[in-house]
Parts: sequence; structure tokens; C-alpha cells
Amino acid sequence: MSEPNPASARGTDQDATPVFAVEERILGIPKSRWPGIIAPLVMGAIFLGLWEGIVRYRGIPAYILPGPMEILKTLGTDWPTLSGALWVTLRITFAALIAAVSVGVSLAILFTQSKWLERSLLPYAVILQVTPVVAIAPLIIIWVGDVNLSLLICAWLVAFFPILSNTILGLNSADHNLVALFQLYGANRWQTMRYLRLPASLPYFLGGLKISGGLALIGAVVAEFVAGTGGSASGLAYRILESGYQLKIPRMFAALLMISVSGIAIFLATSYISHRLLHRWHESAVRRES
Amino acid sequence: MTEAPPQGRAGQRPLVSIRKLSKKFSNGTLALRDVDLDLFPGEFVSLLGPSGCGKSTLLRIISDLSQPSAGTIEWPGADRADAYGKAEHSLGFVFQEPTLMPWAQTLDNVTLPLRLRRMATSEANARAEAMLALVGLKGFEKAYPRELSGGMKMRVSIARALVTEPKVLLMDEPFAALDEITRHKLNDDLLAVWERNRFTAVFVTHSVFESVYLSQRIVVMAARPGRVMSELQVDAPFPRDNLFRTSAEYAHLCRLGSEALKAAIEA
Repeated sequence: MSEPNPASARGTDQDATPVFAVEERILGIPKSRWPGIIAPLVMGAIFLGLWEGIVRYRGIPAYILPGPMEILKTLGTDWPTLSGALWVTLRITFAALIAAVSVGVSLAILFTQSKWLERSLLPYAVILQVTPVVAIAPLIIIWVGDVNLSLLICAWLVAFFPILSNTILGLNSADHNLVALFQLYGANRWQTMRYLRLPASLPYFLGGLKISGGLALIGAVVAEFVAGTGGSASGLAYRILESGYQLKIPRMFAALLMISVSGIAIFLATSYISHRLLHRWHESAVRRES
Repeated sequence: MTEAPPQGRAGQRPLVSIRKLSKKFSNGTLALRDVDLDLFPGEFVSLLGPSGCGKSTLLRIISDLSQPSAGTIEWPGADRADAYGKAEHSLGFVFQEPTLMPWAQTLDNVTLPLRLRRMATSEANARAEAMLALVGLKGFEKAYPRELSGGMKMRVSIARALVTEPKVLLMDEPFAALDEITRHKLNDDLLAVWERNRFTAVFVTHSVFESVYLSQRIVVMAARPGRVMSELQVDAPFPRDNLFRTSAEYAHLCRLGSEALKAAIEA
């Protein structure tokens, strides 16, 4: 094998293809992506315009349906209260997500090491997953006592299963020939985990993370609803309940908006992490010229 | 064409000695029956046969990835343990697919066997770079597998198998999925590396032409149950090149090989 330089090596293989395609960028985003960003923005603007128009034209009172402008104004005036609530909810969400990742991944690794552990414990993980969190949240709140901790447990219960089940799938999806190769070179369990199974499971884990990020937020909000006014925690859900009682509907919408924006931010963040980690090698993240 | 003599070449001790080896799968399939085979140090042997003749199973048994149901496999010609004190190290394996780790760059794919042996990174990298240069992939150390063509991936796979300087290189139809131009080029380059490093090469193929071009000895196998039918010596000297590929001798050997394969298929 004698080729001295890459160019001639590539020349020998007829199926070699150009490796990188360079695309023009506007504001750091590839040109071809802009329609996908602009289209939903235009759609949203039209929708908001119609909403505002109908509310004003028909004189709908704010306690039934506030217009977008009214909601935005409330968001500004109530920001001190709402931002505090947002912080409470986000703190629970992230704590739950971190707990879900650590418990989910640890359990998945444990399960792939011992089939018996998996057989004995996985059914209970499934039971936890399929039981509606709304139904068991009151019990958890009674048992745990500390409201913050019980909210965290509820959010964690909702968020951890997708990570567990995806990571198990990923750890088991390593190429069987590569597994044989590791065996051939006498790799021990730890090496096989470190160099083969963990990297192979990464795309699956990240898929689970995307789902769990949203679920952690939903779990936190749902648990807050159940906890209601019973505690000192005043997250966004609590603010929504409170605004409902007081007929402060614009504030309710503002809180709702904050929850949605948080959910979107979490989704974008997990998608970005996923893209950063996979774009060099995984099919799902590779952009192709057609 | 001669029947395989049980003791192989006079006076030389085989590196691997297989006797009365049988393999029965748990579903009842008899993959191999009473296989006798000797592998000598530094020779290039092809296992030629139709699908289902147990060629791949035999490779897996030689590499200790699979256990025989009956018979013995011994390594009399060499202490199987090498300088690392690890038996497995004497083997390199090239699969039908390149079997690279898609998340790792070329260099990291090639250093894998060394890293699994806990070799220092700098030394492992130096060895892998040298091996990549040898297979004609200098300059591609930082490329990911998906950025390489099929032939280049196979070169990486060969470099990874050779980076431990194994005594035996087992290849399981490594070039079957490649186009003919790439395959010819890889055949030439494989022979060049073999002539330089002189490991024992065991090459599984179902192509008569490939087996004649590459090997010194062709072991023809039949299917259902998998067994050794006959052996064909290819005495043409090395280095072999296009001149050999177009020679009358090559054509003659290919005809002999085809007849032996035909006999094996009809057996």
C-alpha cells in the first residue's frame, strides 16, 4: 500500500465523495434554513394580529379573553411576581431533569450489566411511568411533607422513564461485530462500556433527553397544580390558579406564556446539545446534499 | 491439485493446527464437520467455498470468538501469548463490513486495540499513524468514518487489525462489498503489506479469481455440512501484479479453482 498522499489514496477508490459542503450563511444560519424559521413567524404574527383585532373589534372584556397586547403589558407590570414564580418552577424542572438523567442512565447501565436486575426492576419502572402523576401526587405530598421535595419527586417520576428506556435501547444497540472485536482484544466490561456501549447509546440517550426535558417541566407544573395553595412554593402553576380565583385573566395568560416559552427554550437547548454531540458522525444529525 | 496431506509441509511446524473440528449450532445446524487444517507461519491461505460452507464459522473458532463442538485447535508453532502476555493479541480480524466506530476519528479507530491494552496514547498514536501511512491513508487521521469511501473504510479496518502486529490476520470476505476497481487495488495493497510484514493471512472469499491472485494455498470447502473438500497450491512467485493477473498461468489456476469449487458445490 504505497500511496504517499491523501489525494492519490482517494483517487483509488471510485466511490469517494466530497466530504464537506459549504453553504452560504446569513446571521450564522445556513441560507436554506431561513424559510423554515420565517414561515412559522409570519404565521404567528398573522394569528396574533387576528386575535388582537377580534378582541378590540368585538370589545371582549379582559377577564374573558385578553388581547396579546394586554397580556404583554401584564407580563411587564407583573414581572417581579411572575419572574419569581418562573424561577421556582424552573428550579424544580432542572433539578428533576438532572435527577432523571443520573438515575435513568445509572439504572440503564446497571440493567445492561445484569439481566436479572433488569428483569426484576424494569416492570416497576414501567408501573411508575404508566401511573398518572396527578393521581399519586397528593400521596407523595402527604408522605414527603416538604412541598419542594415532593414537587421534585413528581417531576422526576414523569421525566426519568424516557431516559431509562432509551438508554437501555442504546446500550444494547452496539454493532455486534464491534462487540466481537472488543471480545477478541480481551476488553473488560468497563472498557466495553466506556469505549463502545456508552458512545453507541449517545444518540438514543439524547432522544430521551429531548422528551424528558419537556416532561420535567410538565411534571413540575402538574405537581404544583395538585399541591395548589397548600405550600409556600409559588411556582407558575400556583400563579395561574391564583389568577383564576381572582379573575386576573391577563396574568393567567402571561404565566401560561412563560411556561410555553420555557418549554420551547428547553427543547431548543436539548436539540442544540444533541446537534453539537452528533453532527460529526450520526446519520440523524448529518445534513446532506441531495 | 492434491489431496491435503495431514501433516502439511515437511519439516515445518504449523502455527495453528486444527484436527477433527466440528461445530454444531444450538438450532441443530452442522456448520463444520471433521475439519483438518494447518496454518503455517507467514503463509497466505484462502478459504474458498459457497455460502453456508462454514468459512466464517471457522474464522470465528480460530479467533476464539466461538467454541468448537468437537475436535481440537492448537497453536504448536508459537506460544500463543505474545510480548503483552495476552493470547488474543496475536490475532487481527477484518470483518466483511469495515466495523468502525462511527463516533471516532480514523486515528482513534486504529488505536482502539492498543488503547484496550492500555498502551500510552503517544505510542499508540505513533503506531497507528505509521500503520495508516502503510495502507495509504496518511492525512485522513482526523476524518470520521462517514467521511470516507467504502474502500478507505476497509483500509482503516485493515490498519486497525494490523496495528497490534499480529501473527495471524483473519479476513472474512473483506472486499466482497467493494467495486471491482477498488477491490483490485486493495488486493495489490494487501499483498504489499503481507510481503512486508509476513503475518499468516487467512482470507475467506467466494471469488476464485481473488483467491488465486492472493494466496499460496487455496482450501476449497463444501457446504451442508461445512467441510474441507480439496486443496490447491498456487506456486506463482511474489510480488504479483497485473502481469500475473493477465497471464496464462493465472487463467489455468482459475480454471482449476473453478472446477474444484464446482465439485465442492455439487458434492
